[in-house]
Amino acid sequence: MRYAMAIDTRKCVGCSDCVIACQTENNVPLGYCRDWITETVDGSYPNVEIELRSERCNHCDNSPCVRCCPTGASHIVEGGVVLVEHGLCIGCGACIQSCPYDARYSHPEGWVDKCTFCNHRVTKGEKPACVSVCPTKCMYFGDLDDPDSEISNALKNRKHKVLAPEAGTKPHIFYLI
Amino acid sequence: MKTRRDFIKISAAGSAGIALAGGGYFSVVKGSSAAEKTKKLYDYGSSLKRTPTYCEICFWNCAGWAYTTEDGKIVKIIGNENDPHCNGRLCTRGTGGVGMWSDSDRLKTPLIRVSDGEKQTYREASWDEALTLVATKMKEIAGKYGPESVALFNHGSAGHHFGHLLKAFGSSNITAPSYAQCRGPREVGFAATFGVGLGSPEPTDIRDTRCLVLIGSHLGENMHNSQVQEMSDAIDKGATIITVDPRFSVAASKSKFWLPIKPATDIALLLAWINVIINENLYDKSYVEKYTYGFDELKNHVAAFTPEWAYGITTIKPDIIRKTAREMADAAPSVIVHPGRHVTWYGDDTQRTRAIAIINALLGAYGRRGGFYFKDSMSVPEFPSPEYPKPTWNWRDTLKGKYPLAGLAIANGLVEASIPEEGKEHLIKAWIVAGTNLPLTMPHKDTLMKAIQSLDFMVVVDTMPMEITGYADVILPECTYLERYDDLRLSPNREPYIALRMPATQPYAETKPAWWMAKQIGEKLGLSSFFAFKDIEEVLDWQLKQVGSSLEEMQRVGVKKFDRQAGPLYLADGEDYEFHTNTGKIELYATEMAANGFDPMPVYTAHPEPPDGFYRLIYGRAPMHTFSRTSNNPNLHDLQKENHVWINPKVADLWGLKTEQKVWLQNQDGVVSKFPIKVRVTERIRWDSVYMVHGFGHSDPKLSRAFGRGASDSDLITNVMVDPIMGGTGMRGNFVTFLTEEPGKEAAL
Repeated sequence: MRYAMAIDTRKCVGCSDCVIACQTENNVPLGYCRDWITETVDGSYPNVEIELRSERCNHCDNSPCVRCCPTGASHIVEGGVVLVEHGLCIGCGACIQSCPYDARYSHPEGWVDKCTFCNHRVTKGEKPACVSVCPTKCMYFGDLDDPDSEISNALKNRKHKVLAPEAGTKPHIFYLI
Repeated sequence: MKTRRDFIKISAAGSAGIALAGGGYFSVVKGSSAAEKTKKLYDYGSSLKRTPTYCEICFWNCAGWAYTTEDGKIVKIIGNENDPHCNGRLCTRGTGGVGMWSDSDRLKTPLIRVSDGEKQTYREASWDEALTLVATKMKEIAGKYGPESVALFNHGSAGHHFGHLLKAFGSSNITAPSYAQCRGPREVGFAATFGVGLGSPEPTDIRDTRCLVLIGSHLGENMHNSQVQEMSDAIDKGATIITVDPRFSVAASKSKFWLPIKPATDIALLLAWINVIINENLYDKSYVEKYTYGFDELKNHVAAFTPEWAYGITTIKPDIIRKTAREMADAAPSVIVHPGRHVTWYGDDTQRTRAIAIINALLGAYGRRGGFYFKDSMSVPEFPSPEYPKPTWNWRDTLKGKYPLAGLAIANGLVEASIPEEGKEHLIKAWIVAGTNLPLTMPHKDTLMKAIQSLDFMVVVDTMPMEITGYADVILPECTYLERYDDLRLSPNREPYIALRMPATQPYAETKPAWWMAKQIGEKLGLSSFFAFKDIEEVLDWQLKQVGSSLEEMQRVGVKKFDRQAGPLYLADGEDYEFHTNTGKIELYATEMAANGFDPMPVYTAHPEPPDGFYRLIYGRAPMHTFSRTSNNPNLHDLQKENHVWINPKVADLWGLKTEQKVWLQNQDGVVSKFPIKVRVTERIRWDSVYMVHGFGHSDPKLSRAFGRGASDSDLITNVMVDPIMGGTGMRGNFVTFLTEEPGKEAAL
C-alpha cells in the first residue's frame, strides 16, 4: 500500500476550499494551515499562463523530516503516510528546517503540525477532507500499489510532475499538467 | 488566497509561544498516551451530531450538513451528496460558513438609536421594546403617508419573511439590489428573446457542453458551485472554453481562446460573431427557421458589423473573431454563450445580453443538450393566509414610465423615491433593510446618503454590524442560518428539489430568526391573521405534507428530489414549441423592445474612455468571499484579508509602483478611497484597466477583522450609466488614478 495524491492543474481554480476544509476537519488554528494555494504567472500580457497548485506535505519516501527528528515524533505509518506524534514532539523545529516544501509549522500549543493525508478518515475508508470537498474534483487520492486505483489511472493517463525533484525526497504529491 | 508567505510570517510570530506552551505540555501528556493525545486533536469521532441546512453565504444556497459537538459548537459543514447545487461539495465560502456563526463581532441584542441632543448612540433594548417601536413607527408613517411609503430592501432568506409582513401591511415596495445592481439586464435580455428570464441557478447545461463562452464571467473566481463543478467536468471531457475578458481570469487560463478585449466594447465583438455566424452559414438552419422570428431583419442589421469593423473597436483580430465563431458553430448545439451574472456594466447591458441570447438562438443552443435546458422547480403552496390588501401605488408608479421593461422593483428607483422633491407624488418614508449592506452595494453614495438622511425611520435586520446598521434607528439582530429554520429552498434545477434548513445549535445571545421578528411585528400591527401559526415548524410541516413529505422526513434527509412536471429537459427533434414571446417564437428581432421604443436588435455604442493617467475600474469576486458580507468571517478572512489593486507592469513602471505598496485610489470625480489598497503588479490585467475584488474597505470599526482592510470599489463608483430599458445601474464607467501619499482631508471630500 502506498498512498499518494494527484492534483490536476488544468482543473484547479485556486479557490482554497481545500485549505478551509482541512482547517475545519483537523481543527487547525486560525492563522495556520496544513495546505495552501500557490499561483505562478508566466509570460507577459496578453501571452500569459498561470498555474494554480494546492500544496501540502509530500509524504516523501525519503523524508528528511523523519530522519532528522530527535525524538521519533515524526514517523511513517502504513501507506507511506508521514505523521507527527504530538506527544513525542518537543517542538525543536528541525523538521521544519529540513522540509524542502515548507510543509510544517509550529502549532501554538508547542508541537509541529502538518498534513496527515487525513489518516483518521482514510483508515475509515474515506477520502482526505481536501479531496472530498474540492468543487472542481481536481484532486485524486489513493493507493499507488493498486494499478486500478483512481490515482494510478490519473498518473497513467496524464503528463505529471512533482515539486522540488532535485531534493531527492521521492515526494508523493503529483501535479497533472 | 492563503499563500505560503502568510504562513511563514505567522509561524515565526507563533514560535515565541512555544516555550510557554511547552512548559505545561509534559503534564498534559502524563495521563494519556502520545497516540491518544494526537488522535483527540483532530478526530471528533462519532460524537458529532449532524443537522441539515442550506447555505446562506451566497444565493446558490447549496444544501449541506452542519456538524455539531455535544455542547453545541459547530465544527464543520459538509455538502449534501443528494443536492444538485453542490453534489456533496460545498465551496470555499460554504465550508467557511462556520465562521459566520463563530464571528465574535456579531450583533447580540436589539439596539435603539438614542440622542442626548449632541451625541447619538445605540442603547440595548429588549425584543419587545424594539419591535413595539418598529410597529408604532410603521403605523405612524402609514397613518401620515399610507402603508406604501414603507419599503423593504432585502437579500437572502430574511427577505421573504419581511416581504410577507410588508405585503400584509399594504406595501409592495419590495426590492433587492441583486436585480438592478446585478443580474437584472440579462433577465430582461433573455426574456425579450426567449420569453422567460434565466433565474437562479441559470439553466446552463455546462456539464454536457462542448463549447463554453464566457463574456467577462469569471467562473472559478465566482464560486457558483454547481457551475464551477460542471465547468471542471467539461474541461475533463475536452470542451473548448472561450473567455472574453480584459483580465487574464482563472477561467481565461483554462481557455483555448482568451480574447483580451478592450473594455466596454463587448457588443461590437458579439455583433461581429453574429455577422460571421450568419454570413458563413454557421447557424442552425432548421432551428432558426422553425423557432425564431426576425432572421432577415437580423441579417440586414449585422451586415456591416464585420470582424474587420470590430477589430478597430475591440482590438481583437478578425481571424480570431472568425475562428472563435467557427469553434462555437462546430460545437453547436452543445454550446453556451454564458449570460453572466453581475452584468450591470455600461448601461446598455440589456442589449448586450440580447446579443448573447441571439447567438445562443442562432446556434440552436436553447433547449438543447449542452446548451440551455428547460428547468423545473417544486411548487409548494403557501401557508393559508388572507388575501393581501391592494396597495394604491407601487415602485413602478415612482418611475413615471421610465425603465418600462423592469421586471422587478429596482433598488435605485426606491432610493430615489425616498428623496423628497417638490411635486413628488409618491414618497418612501421608511426602510426595512434585511441582509443587504447598501453602502457597499449601491453605486452613487451621495444619492444613497441623501435618501437615508431623508427617511423618518429605518430598521436594519442583520447578523453583523455593517455600514448600513450604523444608519438604522432600530437594529434587529438576526441569528445566522445555522441557528434557525427558514423557508424551504425550492430553486429550479434539472429536476425539482426541496431542501430544508434547520437549526444546528441554539441562537447566539439574544439573536432571533427573521420569521419570528416578522410575526411579532405583524401581531403588534394587528395583522395576526397573516401569521396564524405557532412557529415556522408548523408552516414547514404543513407545506411539506401538501407535497407528500413531512418536516420529520426532511429533518432526516435534508434534500428531497421530486419528479419533473415541466416536460422533457430538452426540445425533441422537430418538436413544436411555443415560446412566451409576442410572436410565440424566439425573437431575434424583439417586438417588445420595439413596442417600447428601444432598438429591436442590439447596436454598439462607444462609451467614454479613461482620461490620461486614469484607468478603468473593473471589479469582481474572489472565490473565498461573497459581497461585503464575508470579509469579517474569521475563517474566510484567514484566507484573504484584503483586496489588492491589480496593475499591469507597464503601468506600474510608469508610476513607480511596486507590489504590496499602499496607494489610495482617486476617481474621475475626485472621490478618494477611504483606505489605502495594496498594489499587485501583474501581467494578468490590461494596461488601460485596474482590477480589484469587491467587498473590502469596510469602514465600520466594529468589524474587528475587516475594518480598514483594502478599498471599497462601491465608494469609487460615482458615475452610473443607467440602462434605459430596465433601470440597471452600469458601474464600469469609472476611472481611477493612484495617490501614493495619504491625501489630505480636504482632498478626500
